[in-house]
This record gives sequence, C-alpha cells and structure tokens, in this order.
Amino acid sequence: MNTLFADRKYIIGGIFLVACVAFIIRMFYMQLIDETLKLDASNETFRHITQYPPRGCIYDRNGRLLVTNEAAYDIMVTPSLIKDFDTASFCNDLGITKADFIAGIKKAIVQNTAYHASVFMKEVTPEIYAAFQEKLYKYHGFTSQVRTVRRYPMKVAPHILGYIGEVDKELCERNPDYREGDYIGISGIEESYENDLKGKKGVRIMMFDAMNKEVGDYKSGKFDTLPITGANLTCTIDAELQEYGEKLMQNKAGSIVAIDPETGEILTLVSSPYYDPNMMVGSVRAKNYAKLLRDSIDVPLFNRALMAMYPPGSTFKTIEALIGQQEGVLNENTTYTCPGGFHIGNISVACDAVHGTLKLEKAIAFSCNTYFCNVFMSIMNNKKYSSTEEAFNAWRRYVTSFGIGIHPDIDLPSALRGSLPTQNYYDKYHGAGHWKAATIISLAIGQGELGVTPLQLANQAAIIGNRGYYFVPHIIKSVGDKPTVKKYATKHYVPIDPQYFDIVADGMCDVMNEGTAAASKIPGIIMCGKTGTAQNPTGRNNSLFIAFAPKDHPRIAISVVVERGGQGAHWAAPIASLMIEKYLNDTIKRADRETRMLEGNTIQYLADEKLNPKPNRKKKHNSTGQRTAAVGHKHKDE
Amino acid sequence: MSDRRNNIVPHIDWFSISIYGALVLIGWLNIYSAVNNPLHPSIFDFSQRYGKQFIWIITGFVMALLVMASDASFFSVFAYPLYGITVLGLIAVRFVGRDIAGSHSWFRIGEIGIQPAELGIFAINLGLAKYLSNEKKASDLKKIRLVAAAMVMMPMLLIIIQNETGVAVTYSAFIFVLYREGLSGNILLGGFLLITLFILALVGNKIILSAILAGLALMGFLLFTRRKVKDLTKIGGILVFCLAIIFGTNYGFNHLELHQKKRIQVFLQQNVNNSKEGYNLHQAEIAIGSGGLYGKGYLQGTQAKLNYVPAHATDFIFVTPCEEWGFIGAAFIVILYFVLIVRLIFLAERQRSVFSRIYGYGVASIFFIHVAINVGMNLGLMPVIGIPLPFISYGGSSFWAFTLLLFIFLRLDADRLQILR
Repeated sequence: MNTLFADRKYIIGGIFLVACVAFIIRMFYMQLIDETLKLDASNETFRHITQYPPRGCIYDRNGRLLVTNEAAYDIMVTPSLIKDFDTASFCNDLGITKADFIAGIKKAIVQNTAYHASVFMKEVTPEIYAAFQEKLYKYHGFTSQVRTVRRYPMKVAPHILGYIGEVDKELCERNPDYREGDYIGISGIEESYENDLKGKKGVRIMMFDAMNKEVGDYKSGKFDTLPITGANLTCTIDAELQEYGEKLMQNKAGSIVAIDPETGEILTLVSSPYYDPNMMVGSVRAKNYAKLLRDSIDVPLFNRALMAMYPPGSTFKTIEALIGQQEGVLNENTTYTCPGGFHIGNISVACDAVHGTLKLEKAIAFSCNTYFCNVFMSIMNNKKYSSTEEAFNAWRRYVTSFGIGIHPDIDLPSALRGSLPTQNYYDKYHGAGHWKAATIISLAIGQGELGVTPLQLANQAAIIGNRGYYFVPHIIKSVGDKPTVKKYATKHYVPIDPQYFDIVADGMCDVMNEGTAAASKIPGIIMCGKTGTAQNPTGRNNSLFIAFAPKDHPRIAISVVVERGGQGAHWAAPIASLMIEKYLNDTIKRADRETRMLEGNTIQYLADEKLNPKPNRKKKHNSTGQRTAAVGHKHKDE
Repeated sequence: MSDRRNNIVPHIDWFSISIYGALVLIGWLNIYSAVNNPLHPSIFDFSQRYGKQFIWIITGFVMALLVMASDASFFSVFAYPLYGITVLGLIAVRFVGRDIAGSHSWFRIGEIGIQPAELGIFAINLGLAKYLSNEKKASDLKKIRLVAAAMVMMPMLLIIIQNETGVAVTYSAFIFVLYREGLSGNILLGGFLLITLFILALVGNKIILSAILAGLALMGFLLFTRRKVKDLTKIGGILVFCLAIIFGTNYGFNHLELHQKKRIQVFLQQNVNNSKEGYNLHQAEIAIGSGGLYGKGYLQGTQAKLNYVPAHATDFIFVTPCEEWGFIGAAFIVILYFVLIVRLIFLAERQRSVFSRIYGYGVASIFFIHVAINVGMNLGLMPVIGIPLPFISYGGSSFWAFTLLLFIFLRLDADRLQILR
C-alpha cells in the first residue's frame, strides 16, 4: 500500500500548500492593502479628547479684572448606558421638563449614536450643578464635563469686551483650528484679539475598550499635547471711569469716548444703551441675545461709539479755525461782524445771538456761525487755488488728516469711517461746476454731509490738545507681557503748524470760562471744550461736546454725544466735565451737576420719535438721507 | 530495554520539536499580550490565563516526556483500548459533563477542564491506524471501508450530540488519511464539489445553476462518453443528485441551528450586521488589518487587548500576533505550521510501519484542519467555527491533546528503525 498510493503525498501536500498560500495572500491584502481596516481600528479604539485651554483674561489699565473664566458644566449622556432612575427628580434638578429630557436623549442618539457620549445640556451653572452632581451616581449613563465660560466681575464695557459664541459651520470648514461646538470671539476685544485669547487646544489620546470604558492614555500620553492657556490682555480702559461713564449715560442714548492724548490709549468707551455682559454667557445667551436684538428702539448691541455717525455741529469749528490759519486766510486778529446770522444769496445761516464784531478766540468761545461761515468762504475762495473745487480738495485733505472720513485703525472690530463728501459727490449732486462755496456752506458749521463717529470726535480733541499730533486710538495696552504693536506707538501729525493750535485752545478754554459751556467749568482744572448742537432731521438736536484737560499737556481728551439731548451745553458738556473731574481729581465736588446728569432721561425722546415718527420735515435742498441738516432754514446754534 | 531507550535520543526528530517549542513559546507570549491584566504583570501569575497556560505547558511537557520514555509498542498494543476508553468518555460526558453554554462536552476536575472530544482525538487516530494497518484481504475491501468510516463517524456523531459541531468538523481530517491509504480521490473531489455546490446554491440563483449543470452534463455525455445508455444513467444520476442538493440546500440550511445559519451567512457576507452576528469577524478583521507590515509591537496591540475581539485568547488568538507582529509575524507563524505539517508528512512517509505512517498522517491532517479552520476564520475565509489553534490558543485540554498527538508520533518515529518490514 505504501508504494501503491505514495504519490498521493504530493496531492495532500499540495492541498496544504494551497491553503497556506491562500492565507498569506489574504493577510497581505488585509494588512498591507486594505487601508480601511486600519482606519476602523483607530476610530473605534482611540478617542481624541480635546483639552480646552482657558481663554485669556482681560484686565483694565490699573490691573482690575474685567473678564475672567468660570467653570460651567456640560451634562453628557451615553444613551445606551441609561438605566432606570427617577426621571422626575432628574428633570427637577436640572430644571427641565420631561419632554425636554426625551427630546435631549433623542437628539443625542441621532447626533452621535446611543453608544457614544454626547452633550445633553450645555453650560449648566455651578449652582445648579452642585445639587445635580450629588445625585449623579444614580443617573447611570450621565456624566459631566467641565468647560469654562466668561464672567464679567465689573459688569462694564460690554461693547468693548464683546462676547464669545459657538463657531459657525462655515468657519469650521475654513479653519482647521476650530471644530463645531468651539467658542470664538464674536465682537469687541474677544473678536479682534481672538488669536491671542483663545490659546491652543491640547489633545489627549485616550483608549477605550469594547464596552466604551476608558482604559487610559495611549502610550502613557506620549502623543498628547497640553493645552496652552490664552494670553491675558491688559486693556487701556480705566474700569472705574468706564463704570462712571456708563452710570452718567444711563437712560440716555449716545456715547462717551475718552482718550489719553499722550498715548492714544482709550480710557473710556461708553455706548449707551448698554447691557450687562454677563447676559451673554452660558445657557441664557441665546435668549438674551434675541431679546437685545429685538430692541429696535435702544439697539443696545449697536456700538455707537465706533459706528454711529453724527453731524459734528459746532465742534467742527475748531478744525475750521485751524485750516483757515494754515491756509493763511485767518489769524487771531481776523474779525468778522455778526448781525445775528450769515447771509449770502438766498442762503442764510442763523446765529442764536447778535455777536457783533469778534475775533477768532471769542468766535470759538461763543460759537458764532457767522464768523465761521466767513472763514469757510475765505478758505473756499482762497486766491491760492484756481477754483472752488481745488480749494475744496485742499480743505478735504486737512479734514481727512484729522481722521475724519477714514477708517480708524483701532483694534476693535466694526469701527466705521463716518462721512466726508468728495468733490465727485457734489459734482454729481449739483452738476460739475454748478456748486460754489456758498452751496456747501453748511460744512462750515459741521452740518450738511459731514458725519463723524464719537471716536473720531475724541481723537480730534486729542489732536488739538497735543497741538497737532495723535496716536492711533487703541484699546489694548499689552498682550501677555508684550506691549501692543508698534503702529500704536507712532505719532501721526496733522499738516497744521503747532502755533496755530494755541489760539484754538485759548478759544476752547474761553468756552468753559465765559462761553457756551461756562456752566460746566470745573473748579481748579483748566479745561478746553467745544459744544456742538447738531441738527437731526428726524427729531430733537443731538447734544455734542469735545474737550481736553488740562489745557497744556492734556491727560485726557474726550467726546460726549447725547442723542436728542438738545443743546451741547445741556447734557454733553456737563457729562464730559464730570468725566474729566473724575479722571483728574478722582472725586466729584459738583454733586448737584452729577445728580442732574445721573437722573436725566433723554432716551424718552428717542423712544417717542421711534414710536410716533413725524412726517419727514420739509428740507430745502436736501433730498439725500446722508444730509442730516439743512442750511436754508433757520439754523440755531449756541 | 534501558539501553534501547537511551538509544532513541539521536533518532528523535528534533526539527519537529524545535518548531513545536517555537509555537508553544509564541502562544504563551501572545496569551500574555492578549489577556494582559496590568494588575497582574507577571507572566507567571497563576490567577491569570497566561500563568495558567504556563502550568498547561509544563504539564504538557511532562506528558511529552512520559510518552518519549514509554515503549513505542505500547501505543500499538493499547490502540484499541485507548479508542474504547475515548468512546466511553464521549458517551459519559453527555451525562456527567458540565453544561457550558448548552454543550455537554467537558469533564471538570477542579480548575482543570477536560474535553474528551478534543483530548481523545489521538486515541481515535491510534485506533484507526491500528485497524487499517492490520493485514487484510483485498476481498474485504468493502468491509474495511465500512468499518474505517464507522470508526471515525461514531465519535463524530457523539460529539455532534454534545453540541460541539465545531470539534466534530475537525474529525473530517481523517479523510486525508483515508485518501492516502487508498480511498478513491472521487470522494475527496465529491466532498469538495458538495461544499462548492452548497455555497453556490446559497449565494446564487438556483435555476441558472441547475441550467449550467444540466448543460455541463449534456456536454460531458456527448463529448466524453460513448453515448451508451449506461453512460446516460451515470451522468443523469450525478445530475439528479446535484440538483437534489441545490434544491435541498435551503431545506438543509433552514434546519441548522440559528447560530450556525448566522455564521454561514456572515461567512458568505449575506445580510450581515456588523454590530450583531458579524461583530466577531468584523472586529477580528479590523484588528488584523491594523497590524500592517511590522505590527504595532509586542504588547502594543489595542484591538484584541481592549476586548474588541472576542475570545481573543482562544479561538481568535491569531488576531494578536497579526496586530502586534504585523504581516511578517503572522506569515511567519503560518509558514511555521506549514513546515511542521510538511515535516510530519515527510516523517510519516519514511515509516516502515504502516501503523506509524497512518498515525503520522492523522497527526499532520488534524493539525492542518485545525490551522486551516482557525486561521481561515480569523481571516474571514471560513465560517466561524470555535476550535483552537494548535499550541497557541489558551487552554489545557487542547494543549495536552495536540502535545500528545505530536509526541506519540515522534516516539513512533524515533523507533522507526526497530521495526522490521
């Protein structure tokens, strides 16, 4: 038999060989060719757990904490692990209904399957969590995860600080640094300094076993990265002054911007109405945001200090005075006679008084419209230039150098440029060659097509205070240990010789001593100011004021706008003077002034106006919305 | 006697023993890695499977020594009694055995579990070898076939009754032995065709399959026969038989146990839910695939260790070397087995004694069928059948069984020169 079937050993061996080769080919395919299997393995075993770094804190210029982090707890659920428990008590602890509970579980399953942990409830406050956490062991399938949310200990400066919120899908696709559910700064400093504040996320690679139980770190954390805390920022705001400013602006619409002229640092930036920044935190944000957004009368989310555009009114006369001198058509001894108004052709600009014959200093002090209309005429009809257009363009370049009509390079998002008409604009509006100095005379008194933001107004005050230069206003002093970028440490000069500023400063000083804002004089402080009462086509005049103090080497430059406040001297000037007194003296001696300002309410006019809109007033030659004041009708100014 | 025992040492096939040793070591190290309990880091910790496997290995070595120390003729002489004891054991276990997940196949003595179906396979092999090696007259061929078939089928049936279909399947290894000893190749081919037909009938369209077969039959009749009535009935008979299988497949399939049906469906990739019945295989494939060329490194595997792969110390132990040692390591193990099996065939063929040769073929075939089914199911080439990988899977009963199988043959082989033809 041995010899008979001996050849069969080859057949048997052959069968064994075929099996062996088949296995090796199969392993070759599975281990070296089929990449999906490798991917599946790491997907099911490794979980990349993001370690969220705390966002950087924000301090004021004196080291007071403005924004900090606070723990909040995400309640997580793994639906497959839920066992019977007292849902009534569970819902009660978290303050939700049974329907919410069921909906939450369903959502988790749809989003992330029943076998993986998903967020059940976001950002539960420590107060609620404390009670819940005691019973957490009973609620099988539920765990918690700590996150940080923003907290604002001083409750000030919501518009400056901004807020954070979840990133949108679109950004996640664009920027791999963000994943859905991450937070990002949406406005204010939170937005503009996002890259410094956010820090760097860490990743912890955890291994999970088949029962979805955490087993430990992959290779003892060799491939993990630690989160890097966001940089702390020191902003230029004086929190105490900001808080005081906000108090003064309560029940008023408008803004206060105060700048340190020596550095360009913004000391205060109030936009009123404002809100408590803590409203925009955690689980209540969505609800509060919608509420603030719906408020179309107060528009509290609108940052007036950077975005609202007001005709500067008489505050603009200071610039007019400087340009006139630099152009050689005006000096401190130039006199004009005021008969109570300026008339040329069929155009007339009223003055609120018969000022008689006055020089430049007094014209500023009493804000004489006639005087400055004459100055404007002389600038526009300067023999130096062959045409009004040329003179206008020269004038426009001066105005632009003050930062008007151009974007401020501020480190806050969404600042606007205001409005400064161009030759092109007038050529279109009136027809090329069909307009003269008289046509655009309203510019002389800061009306017409001019529009400036409170930030630009404050910077204008700083330029005059510095006698001709400014630093770009900015909000951040230092990021971590590094001071802010160089561009904020560079002096910008306006093309007006320093000696021309003195007479303007003298005039502004007179404003406080004997002029339009004499009632807001601060005992012991030599302060320079200029009122503005800007016409408003839809309602009461806006009350404006710019100032700096002390007169020489000023430490603070300020602009105040109170919408619908009436005359500049009524609201804006007293508020500015209180702010300056607070900043320079730290105490307020004029208690009656302070009380009147704190209790004053001008927002009612805004509300009235919005609820009962008046039919548009007839405007003489003003059909564009941009023109906020008309020249022809009786123009009143202080 | 004593001088002869001393004499066998140079005749022992140390090559086979080296491969055996290598496989045992690989198995033990892999069990340590697969089970790896960080609370019990010592590989000698007897509360853990790797510690216990060490005990099974040492006791296995003792058994091997005893086998080598015994007289070679013992196994020939006691072949029938050992066969008988095994069959009795298979019957007894049905009544005395512990019920483990619906199967009554284990005797349990304290910590130690003995599965006679597994452990006794060497005795069945001895019995068959003994019977077939007896000089017989050619006229008794029919009877010899019948008895030989019965000697294999009887224990198989007893095992099926114990609900250990998987172990029973390994007894089909003897078909290679019978083939080597003269069984018609048609039976082997027929068996292969039967399985192919069964799979095709489950996967494909029965009508088309039948039409193809009918066409083939007609072609065969017209081209390769003399077109006699005898040929027609022969071919017609085969055709009818095949058609019966095709259309009987569903009936047979539906009468399988649910888990068996599922396993076949998983193998054929029909209606498989990877989180239910397909989970085991899917996870094993993922783990194997994740190994890549060089693997993740010893003790660095994740899939098996973290329980994604079930039975990762026993039926799916092969996953761990695939994951940790990669394609290179896994292919090395497969080649090691192949070399061992081919070596055993070589040894069997050099036997002067028919008994030793038949027994040797039995050992090679049993190893082959275990490796083929186990590795095949790990790789998704076979339906999942719960049988161990020789020398590597955790478990005392199977380790002893394979060790006994091998060393009895090595003892017979060491004695080969003493046998006169």
